[in-house]
Formats: sequence, structure tokens, C-alpha cells
Amino acid sequence: MRRRVVITGTGAISPFGPGVAALISGLIENRSAVVKLDELAGYEGLRTRLAAPVAGVDGREIARNKRRSMSRQSIFAVLAAREALAQAGLPAANFSSGSYGVAVGTTISSLKTCENFFADHLQDKSFLRMKTSLFFKTMNHSAAANVAQYFGFNGRLLAPAAACATGCQALGYAYEMILSGAQEAMVCGGTEEFHPLSAATFDLMNAASFRYNDNPKQASRPFDSNRDGVVCGEGAGILVLEEKTAAEKRGAEIRAEIVGFATLTETGSIAEPSRQAMRKCMNAALVNAGVAAEDIDYVNAHATATEKGDIAEAQALAGIFADRAPVSSLKGHLGHTLAASGGLETIATLEMLRRGELWPTRNLDEIDSECVGPDIFTGIKRGNFKLALKNNFALGGVNCCLVIKSGRPGKQE
Amino acid sequence: MTDREIISLINDSLIEEFELEESAMAPEAEIFADLGLDSLDIVDMVVVLESALKIKIRDDAGLREIRTLGDIHRFVIAKLGAPAAE
Repeated sequence: MRRRVVITGTGAISPFGPGVAALISGLIENRSAVVKLDELAGYEGLRTRLAAPVAGVDGREIARNKRRSMSRQSIFAVLAAREALAQAGLPAANFSSGSYGVAVGTTISSLKTCENFFADHLQDKSFLRMKTSLFFKTMNHSAAANVAQYFGFNGRLLAPAAACATGCQALGYAYEMILSGAQEAMVCGGTEEFHPLSAATFDLMNAASFRYNDNPKQASRPFDSNRDGVVCGEGAGILVLEEKTAAEKRGAEIRAEIVGFATLTETGSIAEPSRQAMRKCMNAALVNAGVAAEDIDYVNAHATATEKGDIAEAQALAGIFADRAPVSSLKGHLGHTLAASGGLETIATLEMLRRGELWPTRNLDEIDSECVGPDIFTGIKRGNFKLALKNNFALGGVNCCLVIKSGRPGKQE
Repeated sequence: MTDREIISLINDSLIEEFELEESAMAPEAEIFADLGLDSLDIVDMVVVLESALKIKIRDDAGLREIRTLGDIHRFVIAKLGAPAAE
């Protein structure tokens, strides 16, 4: 019998603050977490002043001897994982069984930690002042390792890195590990700390928003004709995945089921989004789930408000769904939380399915004529929504899609 | 610096680096058992003390004999060749 993988816990640190409740409130109230950061004026060559930073997180609630190896993004991951694990109620006695693993990724190592080290080190190229924590904070699997160490998970450890698709890939690879029988449960998702270099990277490629520097709540406008690029955010979105039978046996609340996953790489360009690759990836996820395009009730788009990315995704969606599946992006609210976006937006998607309520794209006032085709709706939709497709696409040619089935009572097979 | 000043500087540096309570900084406090430090912390402690007191102690064999906070005080005072306490 094919194993099945369910979601039993969610945890979030988002630009709306710590906790899933803060994330959901911000979205339901249709708020924007984007702010003007005056400190960005201090960087020559950086046009954007916009970001969606996290406030209200105090890392000191993690004991010093555990926190010493954690950068800001690792702290986000640990706190979000703590919330997800508390919700899931996974038996702590099993954490060390070897059957529970961790898949948590980041876009890049902790840039702030690197900046602080090199600002000091390059004065005299001395290593005498280097502390042991530097490596543990900056190793590529730091967030995943810190989550495993903090909670004592002895199973597999995976730290996918696929830029904006990192979180989505982490969920997908975790799903596959449970599906294959290699693991029974996984704590998975992505985490991101804001650094001016991230904003500068998009700015350099003319893909960061700066026309709304003095009107930050209007910045980040997915699919809108007046969009001008990404607003970088930060946070962590972490989920607990479990093998379905085991979760049911212990009486866990099944929040949703992951029923399909696909990821693939487009090699025509390391930077250009590819409509064809997006479409291929979405189709592959549907095939993996064993569902047809007509079965999808909602698409949570990647749509970051870049000129090319939004058009490519809209056209790919139109090619598969025509105007049958409602589509929205949450980046008008949250900015682009990069590695965290897959987890955070999946958590929001679960909540939409649970409530029977789809939230529209914030700041979408006038749809770009080249994005016309799919049902990119502008008002809240209510109904009985069962299956959702979650997209994330990334620099580097990475495409990633999940198919998620509602866990609402009465909607299970 | 007097011995008292050296001890104060050591304690302040360790309190800041390892988020210790001032009340825990008794000379007889054992570094591992009472202050809660471990082997990684000891490496960082050396870095912190070298930086705060402008000394080089990383390769000193005497470091291995340190068990208590008082041992650290005596070790550093000896290293500095500091005058006796006032």
C-alpha cells in the first residue's frame, strides 16, 4: 500500500511577527508587512529602501549554550519548529529514534555573521579573534543542524539550498523521504534573514521595487501593471510532516496531506524564468499527485512582482488551467521571504483550505495585460476548496511545485 | 592593573560572553559544573581573555589545569606578572 504523508504541525516567524496566528491575522486583515528601511540609504548603488523585516523575536528565549551556534535565520527556524512541534504533538520520546529527520534550508549562509566577522578580520587579517561559533553559524546546513541539535532529532539531516524555491524543495524532499519509508516524520521548511545584499542582488538585476520607496504599503504588486519588482523579506516557515497511518494512530490532527511534488531545473538561463519549465513542473506535480488540472481548486502562485517572472507564471498557469483555478500570490502582503516563502505560503494555503476562503493578491489594482488568462482573483472567494497547487520558482533555473489536499473533516477519502 | 582590576575585567568579560549571572562568579565556581561552560566555550573563553587583557595564552600548558574561576584569575594574574593585591 502506498504510504501517505500528512501535515500535523505548522510554525511561522513572518514579517507579521512570531507565530502562525500573527501570519494569518496579517493576511486576513489584508495588511502589508513592507516598510521603508532608512538604513538602506547608507549603501551606495542600492536604489530600494524597502524590506519586510521580522520584529518581535527575542532569541534570548533560547538558552545561551544552544543559541551560540545560531545566526538570526537559525533562531527563526528553531522558534518556528518549536511552534510546529507543539502543534503536532509528536512524541518527544521518538525524536532520537532515527526515524524523525530535519530538512530545513536557507538561500545563503548567514550574511550578517559573515559581515561582522570580515569587518573585523580584514583590518589585520588576523584569526586570533575568531570564535568557534563563527563556523557553526555560517556552515551551509547551519539552520537544519541547529533545529536537529536543539530538539534532538537523530534521523536524516538535509539542508536544501535553491534560493526562492528552498522551502518548497525542503517540504518536497521531506515528503519523498517519508513516502519512501526512509523516515517516519520530518521537520521541514525554509528560513531567511534579511541582508542588504539580498535586496542589492535583485536591484542589480532591475528586479527590486524602488518606485514605492516612499509608499511602502503599495510596494510588492504581483501581477499588477504597475509592479516594479521584489521586496525582500525574512522569516521562517516550518512544517511537521508524518506518515499518515502513524499520525492517525496517535490521534494527531491531520491538517492537510501532501499528495504531489515535482522539482526540475531549466538550463536555458540561470536567471530568466521559463514559462515552459514552470508549466512542465506544475504538470509533473499534478501527475505525481494523480490528479487532473480540473481538480485543482486554488493555486498559490510564486509571483514575486517581477516583470518577467509574473508574466511567465501567469502564462504557464493559463496554459494548464485556463481560467478555471483561482490564483493568488501572498507577496503583496509579505514581500518575498525567499527561502522562507515556500513554508510560510504553504501554511497560509492550508489555512485558506481549512477556512474555505481564498485570499486575493494585495496591491493588485490593475492586472498586467500580459498576465491576463488565469483567474487571478481580486476579492475573497469562499467555497469548498479541496486541492491546492503551491508554486515556487528560483534563480538558478529551479522550479518546484507541491500539491496539497485539505485536511478538513469530511474531506478525506 | 591591580589583581582586583584584573579579576574584575576577567569576570566582566566572561559574564558578557557567556551571559553569566554576577552572583555565580565565585572563585570556587567550577567552570563546567557551576558556570555551565563546555569545551567549545573554553576555546572562545581563551579568545575573549586574550582580547580583553591583550595576552597570548592559547598555547600555555597551564590552561589544561584550570578547573575553577579562581584558577582562571590566578592563571591570568601570573601571566601578566601582576603585583599583589592591594
